[in-house]
This record gives sequence, structure tokens and C-alpha cells, in this order.
Amino acid sequence: MNIIICVKHVPETAEAEIAIHSSGKKIKTEDLVFDINEWDNYALEEAVQLKEKHEGSVTAITVGSEAADSTLRKCLARGADKAIRLTDKAFEGSDSYVIARILHKVIQDLPFELILTGAQAGDDGYAQVGVVLAELLGIPHATMVKKVEPLKGFVKVNRELEGGLEEIMEVKLPALLATQTGINEPRYISIMGIRKAMKKEIQVLSLKDVGLTEEEVGESGSWITVEKMFIPPVEKKAEILTGGVDEITTKVVETLRGKGLI
Amino acid sequence: MNFELTDEQTTIKKAAREFCEKEFTPELALEFDEKEEFPMELYRKAAKLGFTSMRFPEEYGGQGYGVLEDCLVTEEMCRVDPGLGVAVTLGTLMFPDGLLKHGTEEQRRRYIPPLCTGEKICAAAFSEPEHGSDITRMDTIAKKGGNKWVINGSKEFITNAPFADFFCVLCQTDLKVTPSHRGESLFAIDRGTPGLDVTKLNGKMGIKPCVTGSLSLSDVKIPETNLIGELNKGFYYALELFDGTRIAVAAEAVGMAQGALERALNYAKERKQFGSPIIQFQGVSFKLAEMAMKIETARLITYKAAWLYDQGKMDPMITAMAKAYASRVAMDVTDEAIQIHGGYGYLADYHVERFHRCAKITEIYEGTTEIQKLTIIRSLLKRGFS
Ligand SMILES: Cc1cc2nc3c(=O)[nH]c(=O)nc-3n(C[C@H](O)[C@H](O)[C@H](O)COP(=O)(O)OP(=O)(O)OC[C@H]3O[C@@H](n4cnc5c(N)ncnc54)[C@H](O)[C@@H]3O)c2cc1C
Repeated sequence: MNIIICVKHVPETAEAEIAIHSSGKKIKTEDLVFDINEWDNYALEEAVQLKEKHEGSVTAITVGSEAADSTLRKCLARGADKAIRLTDKAFEGSDSYVIARILHKVIQDLPFELILTGAQAGDDGYAQVGVVLAELLGIPHATMVKKVEPLKGFVKVNRELEGGLEEIMEVKLPALLATQTGINEPRYISIMGIRKAMKKEIQVLSLKDVGLTEEEVGESGSWITVEKMFIPPVEKKAEILTGGVDEITTKVVETLRGKGLI
Repeated sequence: MNFELTDEQTTIKKAAREFCEKEFTPELALEFDEKEEFPMELYRKAAKLGFTSMRFPEEYGGQGYGVLEDCLVTEEMCRVDPGLGVAVTLGTLMFPDGLLKHGTEEQRRRYIPPLCTGEKICAAAFSEPEHGSDITRMDTIAKKGGNKWVINGSKEFITNAPFADFFCVLCQTDLKVTPSHRGESLFAIDRGTPGLDVTKLNGKMGIKPCVTGSLSLSDVKIPETNLIGELNKGFYYALELFDGTRIAVAAEAVGMAQGALERALNYAKERKQFGSPIIQFQGVSFKLAEMAMKIETARLITYKAAWLYDQGKMDPMITAMAKAYASRVAMDVTDEAIQIHGGYGYLADYHVERFHRCAKITEIYEGTTEIQKLTIIRSLLKRGFS
């Protein structure tokens, strides 16, 4: 089974102090640590496990700057066979649609049965690239995937729905699956893996190689433009609950659940 | 001049960090600090991933990197936890290095691969009850009897001794020669050889998961082929080995200091007194700035020592400086980290007191700081200033 994984090199923002860039449209990333997008990390592991069980190869693809090589190296060190980086100044400012188009241009010429992407990216959280890419390729997709079982001509996947529900469905191959975190336990990078990864070459393709025009990519090709990004002011809200113990307990539980804290 | 790590080195550093952050949980660190037991399962896991065989050639199952890459792993391990970190990095201490330099092909093939995979663990026994800093004479004596060596004596403070499978042991083989260090030789001894007894030492101040023991050797008989290198060259081999391990100790110290700094910085941002986070007080923030300054300089000289070693230009003076300096930095920085934590720093659950207890060993083993200074002054006297 030949698998393509689309990965993104993202800043770790969960615990860092975030500041807004002077353009007011993105965050400042100079002091942030970059790594493979968390969701993609699981997609990578899933791809490698599938390859180990069903043979074939894994190709990791990213649209990003040279710095994204460290994420691609990680993919190679953990078991990917090939890595492709799509880099061009013109790609900057592309929205999810354009990123999907760029990926589509390259992937349409590659042999594959399965494409895995993370369900979303930790930095912008659009959760669009996978879905748009599947549409462009004209193949079926499934999102929020929790389990993958390849069978003859299709894959059986479990999807995670709200409220703890799970859905099982069959998806015809070739297909694109956007994986959820927790789908597997990503392995550690071994030193042997690093050694192997360092011997492999990362294929770098530019706008010209991809076959799109400058107008079709970047901000000019995008369907969405960011107007403003800001850190919401911290609101100090206190709510005094009244009533009996049971009533208060129920309200507390409801409030916490509503905020997704339990 | 280039101060940058290569992509490969950065990847190694990150991989080690990721492993340690997941595996060296605070609970595990506290548990093993209390139990004074070697974390065997963790060790095997690290070995399987290649972290414990960085500097051994691929043909013997190692990773084929140099001392610098080994130091990067050591630093990250000790940064996450000084006790577990030291324990995990010392499972392959010195013995393979000695064999690679002076052993026969047969010895290398026999001993090094199982050490690389983590199935086996080794120990290096130089120190004796009566000879620590000064190993120019050994009371452990090896005598030739037929085609065997017969060894009698005792060794003290031997890392991994209670469970090591292989030992390299420095013995006196010529009792008459002066100076006496020209009569010392290095031997390989397998665990289970009759007459070899090991007792565990308890009650260490720090690095408790890195278990230490004493050896007693009474009429231990080993084949002739267990001599490592040439007869009566053991002392020189030992000094040569220290030139490598001292750099690793400096890396331990840098890692411990870094770990303590990170904890102190986070705490200073969170802890509020007099209505503001304590980092707002210059008395605290300047401490942190100084800690960072010391660590960076210690790291630079450590990497330089490692780099020189890997370039085949090993400089005993730079190595000694790296060890003496980085270990002092580790003591200072871990001490200040406790101070910044106030009373909480004095509690095990806040971890920095463990960093401080562990840091002390870096000033002692592989040659005390005073011994490093002897090396530095001897070099200064010998060479001019350019
Ligand atoms: C946890 C631990 C693990 C160890 N692991 C190993 C191991 O695996 N293998 C091994 O062989 N050894 C090991 N050692 C032993 C260690 O290397 C020695 O403890 C160390 O070399 C010092 O020797 P000593 O303890 O006999 O102190 P001494 O040599 O008695 O020194 C006492 C003091 O005198 C100072 N001193 C001595 N000579 C001079 C001098 N000429 N000038 C100025 N000051 C001097 C020393 O610096 C020190 O401050 C270990 C020790 C510990 C604590």
C-alpha cells in the first residue's frame, strides 16, 4: 500500500507566550519552537504502521520553507521512505485552498492508494486542506479518523463524533483520511532512524515544478484573506450559583461540560 | 569558526529530549531517587533506540557518532532528570572505548555488540579504597599462573558494579618497576567468574538511580586473552579513557544546570510575593540571567572539548577546564535554583534539590576538580601562550 502523508511544520503555541505580528494578521514566530503538527504526527505513525503491515511505501509532503526540513527529517527518521518539500516565495500567504491545490498538482502524478493528513493544523486550525485536496483529486475522504483497517479495495475507518459517539464506515480506495490525535502511539525517533534519514535526500520543488502560475498561489490565489488577528482580552466573569446542593452540582457539571473541561 | 550544530546534531538532541520528556516522568524520577535502584527497563528502552551507543562504530552495533553527539544526548538526559539521566548514559561506561582503542578484534566482537543493544552492561574499575585521585599504584594485583592471570584485591565506588556483566579492571602487574604506574595493566573480567564478589553501596547523596558498588577479587582466574592491549600500559590507557569521559561528565553538568534553570525560570514567573511575580524583582531575575550566562559558557567549552576530541585534536587542558568549569556551574546554578524556589525548593516534590544533590558528583568522579586543575596548570607550564 503506497501512502502519502501531508505534514505541516508549525510553531508550538500551546504553552508559549504569543505576540501578534506588526501586520496584525499573524502571530510572531521568531521565538517560537517549530515541530511537526501534532495531528500529522499521528498520521505519520499510522502511515508507517500500515506500511509495516501491508508493505508499500510512505511519502511525506509539506508546503513550507527550508526550516520544514526538520519535520520532514522526522518523518524519514520514523519510517517514511521519501520526502518532498514544496517551497517558493510565491507560496507565502496561501490559504488552505491554495495549499490543497499545490499539493494536488504534485500528488496527482504520484502513485498512491491512501493519503493521510492530520484532521487539522495546530496553528491555524482550519481543518480544510485534507478535505479540499480530496475533492480536487476526486477521491473520497473521511475526517476525524480514529481507526484505519485496509481491506480489499476499501478501508474500514472509525470516525470520532461529538459526545463520544463513533461511526464506522467503508471508504473506497484510493481515499484520503484526516486522522484524529490518539489514533495510535507515535514511536520515538531512534538514532538508527536519524542515521537513515540523513542519508536520504529531500526533494525540493518550486512553483515552476508544480505547474501553477504566480497568480494562482499566495494571497492572490486564495479565496480567504485574514483581516485581523488578536488576543481576546481576558474577561473576568464570575457567576454565583444558588440553590440546593444537587442543583448547584448539576449547574457546575453543565458549565464545565459546556466549556469542554470535562 | 562555526558555532552551529548541524541539522543532524539538532535532530539527535531533539530526539533525546522527546524520549526523556515522555519517559523520565517526575514520578519515576522521585521513585528511583528513593529506591536507589537502576532503572533497567528504561535503560533497555533507551539502548534499543540507540541513545546509549552513540560513540561506538556501526560495525559493532553502535551508532557511529562522536563524543559531541554523545554529549548532546547526555546533556538532554540530565536536563530532564539528573539521576535517571546519568544512570542511563553510564551503562556503556569506558569498557567499549578501551577495547576500541586497544582491544583485539575478538574482544571487540565479543563484548561491544551486546553492550550496544543494552542486553549487557559494563563497569570500569580503577578506584580502590586506598587509591582514588592517585592511581599510579594499584593494590589489586594480577599475577601470571600458567596460562591464566590470577587477580586479588578490591575496588571501590564502581558504577554499575552490582549488575554489570563485564568489568574492565586496572591491576598492578609489575610490583617492582619505578615509577609504579609503568607496571599497571587493564583486564576484562566477566561477571560470574569465581572469586569476584560485588556489594552494593547505599546512601549516596545524589545520582541514586546510578548504582555504585565495591568489588572484591580473591583468586579470580581469567584467561591470558583477557588482557586489554599491552602488558603494563594500563595506566596510560586509563588516562586516555578519562580524556573522553571527562567531557561526558561536563555534558552531564551542563544538562543538570540547564534543567535547574528552566525549573527556576518557570517558578519565578508563577510565584507571586508582594503582589507581583518574583521574577519582577531584580534580585531574582539577575540570578536567572547569571545562571543562563554560566550555563552558556560551560556548554561552549564542553562542546569545544568534544569537538577537539572528535577532530582527533583532543586537548587534555580544554577537557579538564570543561569538566572543572561545568561541574562548578552545575553546583552554583542548582543551588540558586533552590534559592529561587524558597522553601519549596527544599522539598523533593519541587525537584531542584535533587538536581543540586546530583550535581555534586560531577565535581568528584572521573577526577576531582582539584585533579583537573593539576592538569590545567601542568599544561600551562608546559606550553607557551600563542
Ligand atoms: C558515585 C561515584 C561513582 C564512581 N564511579 C567510579 C567508577 O565507575 N570507576 C572508578 O574507578 N571510580 C569511580 N568513582 C571513584 C572516583 O573516581 C573517586 O572517588 C575520585 O577519583 C576521588 O578519589 P577519592 O574518593 O579516593 O578521593 P581522594 O583521592 O582521597 O581525594 C580527597 C580530596 O583530596 C583532593 N586531592 C587528592 N589529591 C590531590 C592533589 N594532588 N592536589 C590537590 N588535591 C588533591 C581531592 O581532590 C579530594 O578533594 C566513583 C565515585 C563516586 C562517588
